[in-house]
Amino acid sequence: MNMWRQNRAFVGALAMLAVLYITYNFMHPRGFSTAVLVQNANEVVAIAFVAMAQTLPVLLGGLDLSVGAVMTLTACVASVLVNGSPAEILFGMAATLAVGAAFGFMNGVIIVYGRLQPIIATLATGAVALGLALFIRPKPGGDVDGDLNWALTNSLWDLVDTYGLFDPDAAWFQPIAWIPVPLILLFGIAALVWVPFKKSVTGRTVYAIGSAEGAAYMSGLPIDRARIAAFTLGGFLASCGGLYLAIQTSSGNADVMQAGAYTLNSIAAVVLGGTSLLGGAGGAIGSLVGALILRVISFYFRIVSIDPLLQPLIEGLVLLAAVSLGAIRTLRVKNRLELFR
Amino acid sequence: MSKTGEPVTSQSGDAPYVQLSGISKYFAGIRALEDVNFACELGSTHAILGENGAGKSTLIKIMSGVLQPSAGEMRVAGKPVQFRSPSEAADAGIVCIFQELSLLPDLSVADNISISSPPRRFGLIDGRAQRRRAEELLARIRCEDVDPRALIRDLSLSRRQMVEIAKALGKQPKVLILDEATSALTSRDVETVYDLLGRLKADGVASLFISHRMHEVDKLCDTLSVFRNGSHVETFRKGERSPSEIVRMMIGRDVEAQFPPRPEPVARSVHLSIRNLTWENRLKGVNLEVGKGEIVGLGGLDGQGQKELLLALFGVLRGVEGTVKAGEVAGIPSSPDAAKGGKARIALVPEDRKTEGLMLPMSIADNLLAASYAKVSNGPMIDPAKEKAAVREGIRKLQIKIGSAQDPVATLSGGNQQKVVIAKWLMTDPEIILLNDPTRGIDVGTKQEIYKLMRDLADEGRAILFYSTDYAELIGCCDRIAVMYDGAILTELTGDAISEEAIVAASLNIDTGEAA
Repeated sequence: MNMWRQNRAFVGALAMLAVLYITYNFMHPRGFSTAVLVQNANEVVAIAFVAMAQTLPVLLGGLDLSVGAVMTLTACVASVLVNGSPAEILFGMAATLAVGAAFGFMNGVIIVYGRLQPIIATLATGAVALGLALFIRPKPGGDVDGDLNWALTNSLWDLVDTYGLFDPDAAWFQPIAWIPVPLILLFGIAALVWVPFKKSVTGRTVYAIGSAEGAAYMSGLPIDRARIAAFTLGGFLASCGGLYLAIQTSSGNADVMQAGAYTLNSIAAVVLGGTSLLGGAGGAIGSLVGALILRVISFYFRIVSIDPLLQPLIEGLVLLAAVSLGAIRTLRVKNRLELFR
Repeated sequence: MSKTGEPVTSQSGDAPYVQLSGISKYFAGIRALEDVNFACELGSTHAILGENGAGKSTLIKIMSGVLQPSAGEMRVAGKPVQFRSPSEAADAGIVCIFQELSLLPDLSVADNISISSPPRRFGLIDGRAQRRRAEELLARIRCEDVDPRALIRDLSLSRRQMVEIAKALGKQPKVLILDEATSALTSRDVETVYDLLGRLKADGVASLFISHRMHEVDKLCDTLSVFRNGSHVETFRKGERSPSEIVRMMIGRDVEAQFPPRPEPVARSVHLSIRNLTWENRLKGVNLEVGKGEIVGLGGLDGQGQKELLLALFGVLRGVEGTVKAGEVAGIPSSPDAAKGGKARIALVPEDRKTEGLMLPMSIADNLLAASYAKVSNGPMIDPAKEKAAVREGIRKLQIKIGSAQDPVATLSGGNQQKVVIAKWLMTDPEIILLNDPTRGIDVGTKQEIYKLMRDLADEGRAILFYSTDYAELIGCCDRIAVMYDGAILTELTGDAISEEAIVAASLNIDTGEAA
């Protein structure tokens, strides 16, 4: 009961996702099949990671305009490094994630010690990231290890089969063999990274800063450290998205338009997931759900015949309707002054 | 309780310009003004005196249209009026210069001065005329150095105050109300304002003057009115009453609230020692010692540096000079983080509960733990079991009335919110506790619990420095009272010397011959 009251927005988003996705499967000619699920799962991973990355600055009460660019940069880095022997591949993946975390750390340091607004600082560093990405990949290309691509973008059965871990047809394995690997990666990393972060002192401090920075400071909380940690974690999550995008497409592409679209969609996903743009309330899991909702909406265009030219218009209207649901609570507020707090 | 509020006896023959009869004002059932009869004549300089909370601010807010009276009648130039806004009051010639500045920081000086009725040309604001107007008005108060094009945010506090005065003059007032208008001014500006008041008086303008500086009142005003507890006590000509009579009028006779018994004064080992503490021009050499187990009260009128002293000790202010010794630890903490940790272990219950004390949307549990996560963590991770135990202990110790510890702290009543703030700091097991008006805006029952808690904490050997705007509270709770005036401690009162008369006299820095 208590959970429900405090996470109304999150539960609402979860319900919306369930309704949308189940309806989608009913309408899809091959609905409720592993093939559809795997394909959909592949398409949501990158935006879901980027949305989780965006959550941290939003919780602090700011916006990060560089998340899409960091994803693009790290995808380009991965397209160069993630190939060769298994050891080289592992090193390449670690290096890709390290680049993202380092970039986020740099964002944090600039914002904390440069005393800049996050939105403007990351506008600049985002352009820097895209510049670096173009430098690494002037033209789309690269070759990411093919086995890795196959193993991580299909079901668990294919993962086991590709690397010959054990007999993929073993009876005990069948109940879970259908699960798409991308979803396991997504939820696994979310659980392993976000949940501990939220329970750490640094994580609580991030929420405290977004709620009332003055009170957080007066409580002697480590404000600067928490800010830098939040941006570092944001960079790391964005690079998870970049790494996956590179593995999924087996290549890197310094696509400026794509980076911008991911950044804007990440903000929409954060709002859909119930995180307040004023900071202090919400969480990355909500943003993950928000990202899934955004993607599922776009899936509909494949099975409903709509003029492709109308697609952005309809997407915009649906998004507007979805975020408006979150504003309904304000209708119940009696003291209008509270709307401004 | 005195309800006399006798009507002013008008010495000169003409009728008063502003006349209040039977004015009362209630806020949520709490009386701010009761049955006030008051008059103000053109060509007089009229001082309003009273303690904090005597009703002075409410009175001028009613006169200037900010608040509407709950009962009673107000007449201006003989006609009954009901102001619904400050602009209606300004149209009737009553203009107020408020203590809290009313300027818009992102607009220019000229924009601000003409904000309510800018000169227009073809329906658009005439920038040049507006600038000329600003120049003329600023010249009248000898502020030619202020550029009308400058933004308010770039001006110093004293310049802003002068712009505020120019803005008020621009409305051509018949009655000009100055609420502590000189408190932020440099001494040169103060002279200018004195001059201005003289000229206004000659022009037949009435000035209503609220000031806590007795020498100022003595120098400028011809009429004085004393308020106490929301009632008008008496109005008299300057020189008709002695300073000690005025002080007695201001405090009255009420004693309220129950306090735990004060222990006999004993010699205590000094735990917190402050030497010559200075900061900007708000702290001017503070010297104070607080012993182990002692509650020291900070008295004085609002804004004499008490809050700054507490903030300086807690490491919030930059550029503080002087020496501080907390137990074995010497030096001024560099941040609240440094102040609460280490050996010094200082806690501050801040002034504004809602912005500095609590993270309102977060849960009660999170707020309780905000200052002491280190105690419930294993490395960087918070231990849920320890967390629960600590929260339960904090809630039990202060008897905070809650539904669930996971509810947002915003759902609690003011008194319980304040208990959360106090409990949060007790969790750090502080040696030194700084309290900034901890009972403001909370109910009497909770107040008494806090008084008792303070005494218990002192008996455990902690050093407590307690600022309150309520003198009764200071007298009831403290072993010793240090009265601040203009950024320094002028008087310390101990034992039998503690009395309301003595505090008020020391607050105003006047010698009644009775104070110690």
